[in-house]
Amino acid sequence: MTRASDEVLSVPDFSLIVLIGATGSGKSTFAAKHFLKTEIVSSDYARGLVADDENDQASSGDAFDLVRAIAEKRLKNRRLTVIDATNVRSADRKQWVEVARRWHALPVAIVIDPGLDVCIERNKLRPDRQFGPQIPQRMIHEIRRGLGGLQREGFRQIWRLSSVEGVDAARVERRPLWTDRRGEKGPFDIIGDVHGCADELEQLLAELGYRVTWGADRSVHVEAPHGRTVVYVGDLCDRGPRSPDVLRIVMSMVAAGTGMVVQGNHDKKLMRWLDGRDVKIAHGLQETIDQMNAETPEFRRVVKTFVDELRSHYWLDGGRLAVAHAGLKEDMIGRGSPTVRDFALYGESTGEIDEFGLPVRLDWAAKYRGATTVVYGHTPVPEAEWVNNTICIDTGCVFGGKLTALRWPERDLVSVPAARVYYEPIKPLHAVSARSAQSEADDMLDYADVSGRRWIDTALTKRIVVPEENAAAALEIMSRFAIAPQWLIYLPPTMSPVETSPVDGWLERPEEAFAFFKSRAQAEIVCEEKHMGSRALLAVCRDNAVARRRFGVVSDEAGAIWTRTGRAFFPDAATRDAVLEGVRQAADRAALWEELGTDWLLLDAEIMPWSAKASSLIEQQYAQVAASAVSGLCASAEAAARAVARGVDLGGMDGRLSERLVRAQKYSSAWAPYVWPVNGIGDLRIAPFHLLASEGAVHFDKDHLWHMRISERLAEHGGPMMTVTDYRIARTDDDAVLSALAQWWEERTSRGSEGMVVKPRAFIAHGEKGIVQPALKVRGREYLRIIYGPEYDAPEHLSRLKSRGLGAKRALALREFSLGHEALTRFVARAPLRRVHECVFAVLALESEPIDPRL
Amino acid sequence: MFLSISTTHRPATDLGFLLMKHPERMHEVEVGFGKAVVFYPIATDERCEAVLTLDVDPIGLVRGRGEAEGLLDQYVNDRPYAASSFLSVGLNRIFRTAMTGVSRERAELAAAKIPLVVKVCPLPVRGGEELLGTLFAPLGWKVSFERVEGPHGPSRYVSLTLEGEQRVAEALSHLYVLIPVLDDDKHYWSGDDEVEKLLAKAGAWLGTHPSKELIAKRYLKRRRLARMALARLASEDQAELEAPEVRQTREEALEAPVRLNDLRLDAVVEALAATGAKFVVDLGCGEGKLLGRLMRDRRFEKIVGLDASSRALETARDRLKLDMAGGPKRERVTLLHGALTYRDERWAGAEAVSLVEVIEHLDADRLPALEKAVFGVAQPKHVVVTTPNAEYNVLFEKLTAGAFRHPDHRFEWTRAEFAAWAGGVAERCGYAVSYAGVGEAHPEHGAPTQMAVFAR
Repeated sequence: MTRASDEVLSVPDFSLIVLIGATGSGKSTFAAKHFLKTEIVSSDYARGLVADDENDQASSGDAFDLVRAIAEKRLKNRRLTVIDATNVRSADRKQWVEVARRWHALPVAIVIDPGLDVCIERNKLRPDRQFGPQIPQRMIHEIRRGLGGLQREGFRQIWRLSSVEGVDAARVERRPLWTDRRGEKGPFDIIGDVHGCADELEQLLAELGYRVTWGADRSVHVEAPHGRTVVYVGDLCDRGPRSPDVLRIVMSMVAAGTGMVVQGNHDKKLMRWLDGRDVKIAHGLQETIDQMNAETPEFRRVVKTFVDELRSHYWLDGGRLAVAHAGLKEDMIGRGSPTVRDFALYGESTGEIDEFGLPVRLDWAAKYRGATTVVYGHTPVPEAEWVNNTICIDTGCVFGGKLTALRWPERDLVSVPAARVYYEPIKPLHAVSARSAQSEADDMLDYADVSGRRWIDTALTKRIVVPEENAAAALEIMSRFAIAPQWLIYLPPTMSPVETSPVDGWLERPEEAFAFFKSRAQAEIVCEEKHMGSRALLAVCRDNAVARRRFGVVSDEAGAIWTRTGRAFFPDAATRDAVLEGVRQAADRAALWEELGTDWLLLDAEIMPWSAKASSLIEQQYAQVAASAVSGLCASAEAAARAVARGVDLGGMDGRLSERLVRAQKYSSAWAPYVWPVNGIGDLRIAPFHLLASEGAVHFDKDHLWHMRISERLAEHGGPMMTVTDYRIARTDDDAVLSALAQWWEERTSRGSEGMVVKPRAFIAHGEKGIVQPALKVRGREYLRIIYGPEYDAPEHLSRLKSRGLGAKRALALREFSLGHEALTRFVARAPLRRVHECVFAVLALESEPIDPRL
Repeated sequence: MFLSISTTHRPATDLGFLLMKHPERMHEVEVGFGKAVVFYPIATDERCEAVLTLDVDPIGLVRGRGEAEGLLDQYVNDRPYAASSFLSVGLNRIFRTAMTGVSRERAELAAAKIPLVVKVCPLPVRGGEELLGTLFAPLGWKVSFERVEGPHGPSRYVSLTLEGEQRVAEALSHLYVLIPVLDDDKHYWSGDDEVEKLLAKAGAWLGTHPSKELIAKRYLKRRRLARMALARLASEDQAELEAPEVRQTREEALEAPVRLNDLRLDAVVEALAATGAKFVVDLGCGEGKLLGRLMRDRRFEKIVGLDASSRALETARDRLKLDMAGGPKRERVTLLHGALTYRDERWAGAEAVSLVEVIEHLDADRLPALEKAVFGVAQPKHVVVTTPNAEYNVLFEKLTAGAFRHPDHRFEWTRAEFAAWAGGVAERCGYAVSYAGVGEAHPEHGAPTQMAVFAR
């Protein structure tokens, strides 16, 4: 018996390790010695779990289902996994190879075969394994017979430990996959498909700060700027004039440690040709062959080895970056399988051929949702554009486009134009679409992006949870009633009313709002008149080209107006367009475009009259309540008066009926100031009060005085359609001013104003316990009558209405405020639509919370 | 709300004995939602009038009392003021003995018909003013009414006057039953014994009433409280507050003479079967009418229904007996809550997909998203689409010119418009498309429904 001398089993740190050994061979002991308890999935243990008996062979089927399920979940999470079972038969092992392939893990076999005698002895010591020697004997026989076939079964590594000593002495060492270079932190300059364009490569390297020096013998040295590394996305050769020189530059950089390369499909084909294999000579390979034939056999040999050893992809910078020739799906990054290699080299195609005879490619990037940035080439595009955290930097240099590099982590793009067209493309590099690549990809939102319980990380309030049932409620509204998601970049937060007033006869008064903000460390507040109309968001673009480019819409409008629940504000396009044109002209005359450096604006406004949008609500609901209250009380009061007149004692009920009638009559006219006929847009009044965002900026960082001044300028230049919002500013420690403000509120509301909104001066205000309510509404007495009903202010009713909980409403207001801010921040940063949409969707979902709608 | 009962029977003050309420005093009873009060504005030998008013507590209606849930949703509404089931409850409480028709002091009078005038105000009349005559005239009442004016014109209420020779107990039972029937809004009857209550109150006259079906149906109707979440979100537009089934009925009623829905579903099942598909998906499956037919056809091995309305899916689940003993095998039928404008991996691999009367419920600018999700991403071998043929609408007598068949339709296409869309989809996504009409075709206007079958 030979002693296996301290054999080191060097296994990939992400692999599926299949132990193979007869009963009693010591697999479990071996596993326990070399692997974490959680890494080992044991069939015996699974039998115990499903049948309370580790040796219950009848439950083997269920036990193996369980082992497979656990193994798959671990591999999905990129965890090394050890299968501890006898795995005697080829059929048993085959399923593990399939599981490994599915999750792109390398399948590794470790055969533990210390001999039959050992197995028999060990089983004798186990009271639960009292079976004859024929069982281990048969197993060992079958294992040994299958050894030769393990490689064919698909195992990428096969280790055999064939003695007790060998088993004892073995050490297991884990090494990262070749593609796993997360330890390389860069900074990197990632360069697109070169295709033999050495002139442009030299220029680009120079542009990036590298110095290329050629020696007399065609040797080349590249000096890198401090610490930087070039990563080539592959396709170094073919079509272009100087493929050997490109290879020289790249090989020299790799040797010097200043360059890395992933393999491209052209590189692989060149290798196969160099290897003397039969390859179809097409797509510019002939040019490379001619050039290589002019080189020495030694050079060709070096190139062959070099290209052969290139990796399918690299996973870099702590996992933040992946580079692959044709791109990579999220579940393939940092993994290895034939599928991964094929995908990285060729991408994925539908199997169909387009009119140019080229394969129709599946757009994996449109579906990409990973946190790792993927940089790739392979498919020439006119401009490198970000799509879902991926970017294709093959800008078709050899076809007369340009050679592009992406600097990482800076994310800057650097290009040099091609000196000429070296090779006529089969398919013309298509003209730049008016819509961005991102919005082309965003045409399709995924159900998985909005469904189920969701967590959204926001800058203002950290993580916000959207319960599953709320998301489900929002899905119907969003899909059936809301405007196109490309426009719907924001929904306004709900607003809490002020604390209930302790003063008799009042439900809400401003004093509580002043105290609220004072107690939350706000030195200054802004009080804005609350218009009684309907809330509207207006996205105004300078023209339709801007709408297409910036919002990615497919239709012809140059803006959108929507309600607080995301529906089109105006059912007809003509009114919408006329209103938008009015606002556009106001912005023109106020010179806002130039001042803000933008060609679109998102305004938060109130559109009046209330009846323009709510006439059916007024007529079907409120007017009916008024008619029924007045008519019934009128008849009752009249009858009561007659009874009292003839001497019946009604215990004061007649007086009470008269009071109730007065309240009902007040109710009938409560909305009169908010109702006027609309026969055209000339009858509409639009009062903007926030300029929420414009190109490159979310204006939540400006205070409300800024927003009010912008609104004033729009009103000033907007003709009769635009109107101002009256406002006052006050210090929260100036009691005289505050009491004057309360007076102002009382006067206004007694003359039919809805009320006012009190805000901290800062748009985003921070108090001791985090962000403060962005606004509180203080509604007038008669306005509240519309909301709470004709008789709400009768003392016996008001006293009960005063006990109302505002906590839930306020928590909701803060969450929705944070989500709105997040949505705009993402939109302005040109995040993919789904990232904006999930925030907006979440606001709508939270609005389905059952909270008293009268608050 | 106001109810008055007066008589000119001599002595008129006998009304007090019949109602068991003394004319010179005020009578007050607590009811669950407030209080009922009876008093007499006039009580002479010539004329005696009893008035019942209800003082409903509006806050209590919303908030409930003690631990109980509030009865009504939280928007302002007419329930505290309009004559409704609340008035019936009040009547029954305060005139309980009178309603039995037994009177100790005036036994003969209680059994006799006397001249009565009844006024009710404000009384909602759902279903048209003529209903007042339909309901009260067969019971021997002379009916007159005045429309109540609201701040913006005529309201939905009337001030009703009934005159006739009636037994007081019967008059009360007419009011008890027919006021809620006319109101026909949210009833908050509590239990299953309502059938018995109805028979007890109206047994004597309901059996011979020509509108007994209508009365029973409306009286016993129970509506589930609108789902709070949906109501909140849908509150902006009154039309959307209507429950979907109500709207559905409207469209069905319109198309009923041709039993179009059945024909349509048959045509779709046939078209799907003709594709040979074993895995079919019905997008916008609603309450599962097509799914039910597909389930009965063994040629379809895997069936998925998807809809945006979780309420419709619940109904479909019940209707199709999913997850129930005797229902289909779990693997065969699946319902998914989802939307057509989102890509959805859950039904990937479908061989044939149907969109039956669905596309017209999407805004035109969302159709490219549907096109991409269905024809571009999922790429089933076959897609069957049906939609109304707008040209045929002129043949629907009840449909006003230019109106759509369903208030939620965003468009209705002519055959040429449909062909333009379908042809474009086919060209962009690599499908061949063929067209067919469903229902009896008119020589000029075509069939009521148009169908396109896409194949790739």
